[in-house]
Amino acid sequence: MTAMLDISGLTASIGDKPILKGIDLSVPAGEIHAIMGPNGSGKSTLGYVLAGREDYEVTGGTVTFEGQDMLAMAPEARAAAGLFLAFQAPIELPGVNNANFLRTALNAIRRAHGEDELDAVQFLKFARAEMKRLSMDGEMLKRNVNVGFSGGEKKRNEVLQMALLRPRFAVLDETDSGLDIDALRIVAEGVNALRGPNFSALVVTHHQRLLDHLVPHRVHVLAQGRIIRSGGPELAKELEKNGYSAVLAEAA
Amino acid sequence: MSAVNETLDTVRSVTESGYKWGFETNIEMDVAPKGLTPDTIRMISARKEEPSWMLDWRLRAFEAWLKMEEPHWARVDHPRIDYQDIHYYAAPKKKDGPKSLDEVDPELLAMYEKLGIPLKERAILAGVEGADEAPQRQIAVDAVFDSVSVATTFRESLAKVGVIFCPISEAIREHPDLVKQYIGSVVPVADNYFAALNSAVFTDGSFVFIPKGVRCPMELSTYFRINTKNTGQFERTLIIAEAGSHVSYLEGCTAPQRDENQLHAAVVELVAMEDASIKYSTVQNWYPGDANGKGGIYNFVTKRGACLGDRSKISWTQVETGSAITWKYPSCVLHGVDSVGEFYSVAVTTNHQQADTGTKMIHIGKGSRSTIISKGISAGQSNNTYRGLVKIMPSASGARNFTQCDSLLIGENCGAHTVPYIESRNPSAKVEHEATTSKIDEDKLFYCRQRGMSEEDAVNLIVNGFCKEVLKELPMEFAVEAQKLLAVSLEGSVG
Repeated sequence: MTAMLDISGLTASIGDKPILKGIDLSVPAGEIHAIMGPNGSGKSTLGYVLAGREDYEVTGGTVTFEGQDMLAMAPEARAAAGLFLAFQAPIELPGVNNANFLRTALNAIRRAHGEDELDAVQFLKFARAEMKRLSMDGEMLKRNVNVGFSGGEKKRNEVLQMALLRPRFAVLDETDSGLDIDALRIVAEGVNALRGPNFSALVVTHHQRLLDHLVPHRVHVLAQGRIIRSGGPELAKELEKNGYSAVLAEAA
Repeated sequence: MSAVNETLDTVRSVTESGYKWGFETNIEMDVAPKGLTPDTIRMISARKEEPSWMLDWRLRAFEAWLKMEEPHWARVDHPRIDYQDIHYYAAPKKKDGPKSLDEVDPELLAMYEKLGIPLKERAILAGVEGADEAPQRQIAVDAVFDSVSVATTFRESLAKVGVIFCPISEAIREHPDLVKQYIGSVVPVADNYFAALNSAVFTDGSFVFIPKGVRCPMELSTYFRINTKNTGQFERTLIIAEAGSHVSYLEGCTAPQRDENQLHAAVVELVAMEDASIKYSTVQNWYPGDANGKGGIYNFVTKRGACLGDRSKISWTQVETGSAITWKYPSCVLHGVDSVGEFYSVAVTTNHQQADTGTKMIHIGKGSRSTIISKGISAGQSNNTYRGLVKIMPSASGARNFTQCDSLLIGENCGAHTVPYIESRNPSAKVEHEATTSKIDEDKLFYCRQRGMSEEDAVNLIVNGFCKEVLKELPMEFAVEAQKLLAVSLEGSVG
């Protein structure tokens, strides 16, 4: 089976400091993979590098997304190709209305696909329907992007953006951290709603509990810039029970 | 055409030609010799066929100016200006003077087109039948082409309701009593160095008189251009709103590209009587100089409004993107009980531009209120200063002011400065000041780009969000133009 996303020998550094030291990872179409691992292992860096953040220098390896050389693409071109990164710490945009932000983003992607842009009325209709499905308060559209949002609201806003932009590949960077159980369910539902043969996701998490709602096909353990172990959903349960030390010792 | 495509077109046209509005119109000019002497002033006054009181007033201003020093307290820096190396008068050569708009020089009409004067107005200028219908959408244009006002539209429909809207030189001849009563009443001849200079040599500008109880049936609009090499432009505008009247006045400017610095020192005076309101909107886009800081307009402007009557209101809205140097503080003197002053400003500086701009709100009347919303955007190596004064006099019991000063920085090498002065001499007054500084940084841009937006889309989104409290104060057509102008001004400022 051809992979939707294929990462091979990927190395990246920030300044002189190597963070990713050779990642090999293949995510087939339709699969959800989880990335777990201790703090500082390079999980967030992997998400940023995939999305094209310029602070990280890719020093080697390849990333192929549906046959395209993704490392050669600008961040917005990657987004247009269907990549979505749910940020661990979503950025605040003072003065920028959430509805306007979402419509600008959606229309940029629609334009890239040669589709007609949505006007404000069409967009609001679409957004309200999605929000209802995700049990979100419509007020969120009127507020400025992430400004004054609680931690949970910010994460839910990321899920809303994902629902509206309908990516083919989503990277969720600890979207579950700091969420209560209801919010966790919204995140999981947001991802589950997109599930299908043409949607894949990489879910970065510390906890088993998100994976209870969002059963992954594969679980990978990232430590010190490398994937040191991969397995089925039971690996997450094992990590939850025994911690990372056993796996780390094994790999050493 | 979608707004986005339109913006792209605008951006393209600007990047290709450097400065879109940098063209020169070839109309024969009648230029005074360089230099400023009483004879120059006599020549200007004679060309304008002014009464002797006007000439005397100008000469008094000149006497005062000679004794004054050029001010240097603003946070701007420029080479010494040689006031004897400037032409103080330039007029398109009169052939026989157009009897109607049909006779207006076609090159001038073509120029309006290049300036992007809205189709509606061009249609009216071109005399298209029925173009002056739908009164609520009408805009009247008093075009100041260099120093002489060439075309004035809508005169008749304005005259029906008693509104006078004409070049000030004409008002001096036709309505001398009104001019004599009010000129210099808000900005006295010796108010400051540049106002004194303007009073001595002003060549044209607009005069507006709205009679008692009249709501001006259309927006009044002036497009300025500076068009002759080395010609300082000294406009003088006077707007009088009698009791219970309302008027909205728009001013927009562009200028041809030049290497030499051009001095511009305008004076605008507004007078609002009881229950009258004046809304004065400006979009300023004079040539800012090139990317290395060479050339560009020096814009030293004195704008002041007097709320003389009770419950009168004066509102200034400005979007300032042009000029190499901006020195401008549109102010309100709130004499009337419960009178209201407002100042909404967006000032953008890029490359090597310098802006020192703000407002003064002088509270004299009981219960007078003022609002100041200032948005400064700095990019490149530019410096952007907000300088404002809120002064509460002992008589102004219960006066209130709210000031919000926000700065947005783009890049690492620009500066934003906020210099608020607050003087309260009445303990019952309430003065609030809020200030924020934010930055368009890599985090924000990356977040937007990850969602599919280009860097330019992202900057526009953030900038328009930052400015929206001010942009919403502009009349609709102007707000759209201003948004485009912001996009164009900041193009290429990131990355």
